[in-house]
Amino acid sequence: MKATDISNPEYFHKVVDCQYACPAHTPVPEYIRLIAAERYTEAYMVNWESNVFPGVLGRTCDRPCEPACRRGRIEEEPVAICRLKRVAADNKGDVTSYFPDIPVVKNGKKIALIGGGPASLTVARDLAPLGYEIHLYDDQALGGGMMRSQIPAFRLPESVLNEEVGYILNMGIHTHFKTYVSSMREILEQDYDAIFVGTGAPKGGDLPKLPGRWDAPKNIHIGIEWLANVAFEHIHSIGKKVIVLGGGNTAMDCCRTSRRLGGEQVTVVVRSPFKDMKASPWEIEDAMREDIPILNNMPPKEFVVENGQLKGVIFEKVEAVYDENGRRSLVPTGEPDVFIEADDVIIAIGQDNAFPWVERDLGIEFGKWELPVLDSVTFQSTLPKVFFGGDSAFGPKNVITAVAHGHQAAISIDLFCQGESVHQRPAPFTNLVSQKMGIHEWAYDSYVTTDLRYKVPHADKYISLKDRKMEVELGFNPDTGFKEAQRCLNCDVQTVFNTSRCIECDACVDICPTSCITFTNNGEESELRLRLSAPALNLEQDLYVSDTLPTGRVMVKDEDVCLHCGLCAERCPTAAWDMQQFLYSVTKAGNPCSILQEPMTL
Amino acid sequence: MTYIKPKFRHPALSKNVLGYEKQDYEGAISTLCGGCGHDSISGAIVQACFELNIEPHRLAKLSGIGCSSKTPTYFLSNSHGFNSVHGRMPSVATGAILANRNLIYLGVSGDGDTASIGMGQFVHAIRRNLNMTYIVMNNGCYGLTKGQDSATTDIGSISKSGAANQLHPIDLVGMAIELGASFVARSFSGDRTQLIPLIKAALSHKGFAFIDVVSPCVTFNNNFGSTKSYDYVRAHVEATATVDYIPEKEEITVEYGAGKTANVELHDGSVIQLHKLSPDWNPLDRRSALRRLHNAQAKGEILTGLVYVNPQGQDLHDHLKTTEKPLNALREKELDPGQAALEAINAEHR
Repeated sequence: MKATDISNPEYFHKVVDCQYACPAHTPVPEYIRLIAAERYTEAYMVNWESNVFPGVLGRTCDRPCEPACRRGRIEEEPVAICRLKRVAADNKGDVTSYFPDIPVVKNGKKIALIGGGPASLTVARDLAPLGYEIHLYDDQALGGGMMRSQIPAFRLPESVLNEEVGYILNMGIHTHFKTYVSSMREILEQDYDAIFVGTGAPKGGDLPKLPGRWDAPKNIHIGIEWLANVAFEHIHSIGKKVIVLGGGNTAMDCCRTSRRLGGEQVTVVVRSPFKDMKASPWEIEDAMREDIPILNNMPPKEFVVENGQLKGVIFEKVEAVYDENGRRSLVPTGEPDVFIEADDVIIAIGQDNAFPWVERDLGIEFGKWELPVLDSVTFQSTLPKVFFGGDSAFGPKNVITAVAHGHQAAISIDLFCQGESVHQRPAPFTNLVSQKMGIHEWAYDSYVTTDLRYKVPHADKYISLKDRKMEVELGFNPDTGFKEAQRCLNCDVQTVFNTSRCIECDACVDICPTSCITFTNNGEESELRLRLSAPALNLEQDLYVSDTLPTGRVMVKDEDVCLHCGLCAERCPTAAWDMQQFLYSVTKAGNPCSILQEPMTL
Repeated sequence: MTYIKPKFRHPALSKNVLGYEKQDYEGAISTLCGGCGHDSISGAIVQACFELNIEPHRLAKLSGIGCSSKTPTYFLSNSHGFNSVHGRMPSVATGAILANRNLIYLGVSGDGDTASIGMGQFVHAIRRNLNMTYIVMNNGCYGLTKGQDSATTDIGSISKSGAANQLHPIDLVGMAIELGASFVARSFSGDRTQLIPLIKAALSHKGFAFIDVVSPCVTFNNNFGSTKSYDYVRAHVEATATVDYIPEKEEITVEYGAGKTANVELHDGSVIQLHKLSPDWNPLDRRSALRRLHNAQAKGEILTGLVYVNPQGQDLHDHLKTTEKPLNALREKELDPGQAALEAINAEHR
């Protein structure tokens, strides 16, 4: 194998599994250390800089970081990263002093943002400090988009959302609320220098051909529309018997909301097996905790309506059969169909993009599934001044992806408006700083605790089911937050190897608790992986290979289960190993206010 | 602050035949200087015992005083241990071996503990062919007292203070062969592909198995001009042969060209396989072994590997015809020969 090029920032970035998995690449270990140090305000700002909505995401994020967390590979469960983010948000002090200054004299460029959700708000947050005049359009009365209309208040209190949306709108954004943009042509005819579309995926999936679907329209609802109607207080109640169709997070939100609006027997029915459900495991768990049964392998067959009154739904019984390519088909088992009574049915089976308001003769091309044709890096459409982001760009994903899109689109818009090429992307900001303070002392807490993941407390079920707006998860208190923060392995504190200093004494090999280090003859990666101190079978994790040492061997470190405990560096007599904190920060448009330019823990 | 080794281990590591993990053979975190050769030897002992499927409670580790003699704390925490007086480990070992022949005895000593204060004890342990493994962690200096020359420092070797040694060194390997040790080897802490099979073979050998391990003192004797520094040893090391240790039940699969390979079967049926042999050397012949050793010395080479082995020798138990049972397990029935036996003896003297 060739020696690892650690000057390529992506090498060490990949070692920080959580940050690498995060679409916005939030420096997770950095803020977790700040939480452990009770520096909640700074921890919040590290988040805010990167993911814009720490309070919202600390409750509702899809958490791609957690399955990636190294801790999950050495013991049962990953660090509760999302809940720690909330600890920072809940306990922060005044953050406004950290916010960027908004220039009074603008730079003369006008930007329109269509849609007031997380993608548009991120673009606004990144561009307002640069002096852009920003106009935000949304058909609702308040900003937040799907964070407001689709995430129920018992998961995300309005106050938290209002606060974080407010931080951005207070940057001098011109808001045009309750304004439905019905024509892109009209927007283009105005004098905007660039237009950003962040209108989400507003069309909820339906079952238009299922028998009976149109016989009782009053009692058959579309999930995201129904949630929005609840959020905006157009709907206040539901029948006692409710069926929710679908196995995603929207279905979980619908069933739990139903329980709070009068649903007594709420049942989730999913056509596929339990293990294939798209909903996050914790959302499924919370639904089941609220006495909501989840029935699997049952596709709906027919709505039963008598005299215009919905009576229930008939379901077929199927089983999942996988072919040799792992492709699934749902095959009827032949068991008798099941009838479930219902006063109301909520269909929550996915959502789609819809751009009825974008005329098709403007030069904005649309491709498969009516999605705009975009450059996947710049988010620019085929009409150069129009950019897309969030769910409206590549179909429905999640809030953190929308934020990541927003940052990149903001860079593109800034470059575009300054007359530069949108393809000249700024490099990430990186920093690598030794943590050594003494023989047994490091600037980070290198001790590896064996504590298992802490459970988050919940509000009393009896009370919370009576109040749609009462938050169920209560979050960690500072004490538990500290203990959970200590479970973080500090993967961003990198093991940096200096070949020229190594005397091949094997001290690091002997001390390494997880047998990560081997000195051996070089070879092809595939066979090298098998003859290390412990076989390196996780191919997603890289091998760190040194230059050739005086004995002709190389140092090979398997990054997979390194605890970042620093013992290799502590035992190294020549400091050939050093623990160095690696900071990786995605550069923002115009690089404003970057508090991340200096490592906060030093 | 990390004086504590984390509890987590690599999840893909396998267990040995007995179901033990390698972790079960480890000890406390080392307090020796980082980079000490002794830690590498400790690591090799852990690996050898794990691979040999030794039940930890069936092994006793014995040591004297010195950096080397501290190391039993850093391996085999689940085994018996006795940290004795300076240079007196062989006496304690002799007593323990006589009291219970069912344990595996591993003595750990240093060049000071063996070649200076403990020399009188060391030679008699060899003479008696105690059934034990005796490892000297040889760094050629008194590391614990800041690096004075020891009895194994080579002539001309320069200490950290800059002075060249004038006195003739004691070659423990040559001496052990002369005194009749039945398994004699030398190795280097920085070469664990050689050291681990040697330790496995030594632990399987019946009789006194001696391994002199050159183990650089990274703090006081790793300087330019020292003959026991990492760089010097690597530049001058010469092996008698490559060593493989093959347990009893495993088939010998690797075959080398005729005359290049020798298989030495130990009393328990396991085999030491030597290949790429030195041409003028027979490991079973003492004179040949000594000649090979002296030739290497004359050329300034540090000869490593198995130097001499006699797998058929008689140990102290054979000579003394001691009981198979540990003394603490003997009951009155075995200790008291009875009235009839007494009368028979008395009759002989009438």
